Amino acid sequence: MNFDRIREKLNILADAAKYDVSCASSGSNRTNKDKGLGNASKMGICHTYTADGRCVSLLKILLTNHCIFDCAYCVTRKSNDVQRAAFKVQEVVDLTINFYRRNYIEGLFLSSGIFKSPDHTMERLVAVAKKLREEENFNGYIHLKSIPGASDELMYEAGLYADRLSVNIEVPTISGLKLLAPEKKHEDFTKPMEKVKNEIVRYNSERKIIRSTPKYAPAGQSTQMIVGASGESDKDIMYSATYYYKTYNMKRVYYSGYVPVTHDSRLPAIGSQVPMLRENRLYQTDWLLRFYGFSIGEILNNQHPNLDMEVDPKLSWALRNLHYFPVDVNSADKNLLARIPGIGMRSVDKIIKARKFRKLNWDHLKKIGVALNRAQYFMVCDSRLWERRDLDADKIKGMILQNSSGKFRNQYITQLSLFN
Amino acid sequence: MNVSTTLVYDGSFNGFLTAVFVAFDEKINVADIQKNNQSQNGLFSESETIFTNIEKAKRVWNGIRNKSHNAISNVYFAFLSETESVEMMLYTYIQKLMRTKSGKYLDYSDATVLHIAQLARKVGREKHRMEAFVRFQLTKDNIYFANIEPDFDVLPLISKHFRDRYADQKWLIYDVKRNYGIYYDLDHVEMVSLNLKDIHHNKTVKSNAFAPEEYEYQALWNDYFKSTNIASRINPKLHTQHVPKRYWKYLSEKKEAV
Repeated sequence: MNFDRIREKLNILADAAKYDVSCASSGSNRTNKDKGLGNASKMGICHTYTADGRCVSLLKILLTNHCIFDCAYCVTRKSNDVQRAAFKVQEVVDLTINFYRRNYIEGLFLSSGIFKSPDHTMERLVAVAKKLREEENFNGYIHLKSIPGASDELMYEAGLYADRLSVNIEVPTISGLKLLAPEKKHEDFTKPMEKVKNEIVRYNSERKIIRSTPKYAPAGQSTQMIVGASGESDKDIMYSATYYYKTYNMKRVYYSGYVPVTHDSRLPAIGSQVPMLRENRLYQTDWLLRFYGFSIGEILNNQHPNLDMEVDPKLSWALRNLHYFPVDVNSADKNLLARIPGIGMRSVDKIIKARKFRKLNWDHLKKIGVALNRAQYFMVCDSRLWERRDLDADKIKGMILQNSSGKFRNQYITQLSLFN
Repeated sequence: MNVSTTLVYDGSFNGFLTAVFVAFDEKINVADIQKNNQSQNGLFSESETIFTNIEKAKRVWNGIRNKSHNAISNVYFAFLSETESVEMMLYTYIQKLMRTKSGKYLDYSDATVLHIAQLARKVGREKHRMEAFVRFQLTKDNIYFANIEPDFDVLPLISKHFRDRYADQKWLIYDVKRNYGIYYDLDHVEMVSLNLKDIHHNKTVKSNAFAPEEYEYQALWNDYFKSTNIASRINPKLHTQHVPKRYWKYLSEKKEAV
């Protein structure tokens, strides 16, 4: 192996792949077979974290950054003047195996620029996965990128070797797609998703009859959307995300604050701030939808097309719906408990188990881990002390903001300066 | 009045379970349960030395497990935390657990239960971290070798994970702090203790104990680590929160930072 050349390629192709947010290695149940190498950990493992605090779980690289497309938001777009490189299939296999053996990674995340044609590219990606599984008896995690426009046959084959497949729709609205990636059609993205979804459904139903049915993309599909590139509202993004969750049984939708990489009049200029807070609020909303039993219309609707940046989406929902509160933690059902700001699902679980033994008071709740600075205005418990004042939403919000400090606070507090 | 007794055991988990067995069996009024190397006589209590008995330990293990699977893992994990006087707390926990009919003793408003659950969680977190932060280095005699220095004694907990994962390579994970390691010889895992003069944590100086390509792969990995960083999103606080500094000395991608 020529290490110097590999090093050069790795630097180029890892750098180009870093804008893909997904690094999940969870959700697959692949086990080690025949004393081979690797097994997938159900909960996933983050082996290290980059200086920007993102998890490194997979060897995330492009097969090549040559691309025939010219999408405005993408760093490897055809018209961008960057160094290009391409890995050979065997090189990716060797890197993956050797990194995996040293416990650096959970597996491989292979994406690629589109060279020649979508099918040609997809074929190479599948070849890498196939080689890992069949020649190296590798049972770690493999995440393949479905290339938009790839044929059904290739997508079918990809699912046989990969744990997860993903197509990044990147631009949440069809009008935005026309503006930023005029060469790509919306159907190019959805067609592979549709195929993979149908295969997963088919395999799962076959498994009910024949237990030994092989695995097909056990960790499902995911997708990613860029936030803050084409001027869409939070409502556009989240409604679109909900659509993908529902229609294509997505395991995850990722939201990626747009990092300006090229000079383009259609996009934010290089050097403009990455919308990290907005990204954070979108993820919070995503969690509320998936785990807390909220429906999207409750959080975002025509009256409230954007999320409140000052407070989290649950608190902001609660402030708009004060008539549900205060909730009695000693008697309320699970769904209602989960809606109290400052109480997460872990606390909900503990509260439900603990209150069978005795009535809970502030002290118990604090020890269990409830964020009382927010929760206290929305609940009563076994104590004579509770919020008796008739406070309106603005007052409560003001008091919560006053008594807490958020890491993003400096981004939205506009304190008047005395001298200008 | 029933005289209270301090039980002294050998420091092993089986020893502790035997102590619990003896306490229940002889209806001892337990003042404390202590490891034999740090035992201290109380003013008003007698002390009794417990000899580890696998049979008795197994009965306690099964007894707790039959009550609740969650409880036995909590007890084991919390024990491995090596927290001072955790034994007495576990004993109280087991007593409370045994008193219940259903075994579903999940009263998180009870201080002992909550504390044991939190301790077990801490140890679980450390176990998960070690599964992530072990960095194998390939030695010349083809053994993948790693040093660790975990906060809690998690080697017994991570052994299965590594055995399942690296079934086709020999590996050795050595706990520098507790001075023992686990070694997998392609067949089964065994406990070993070495006389390591030279602890192989991150040094920029290359050691000739390792295979020549080892440092090439470390360089590739370090490069990869650097190029995945997005500079405009830098967040050092989040970084150290996820990768606490005490682990850095064994992480090859942090070689330059240490």
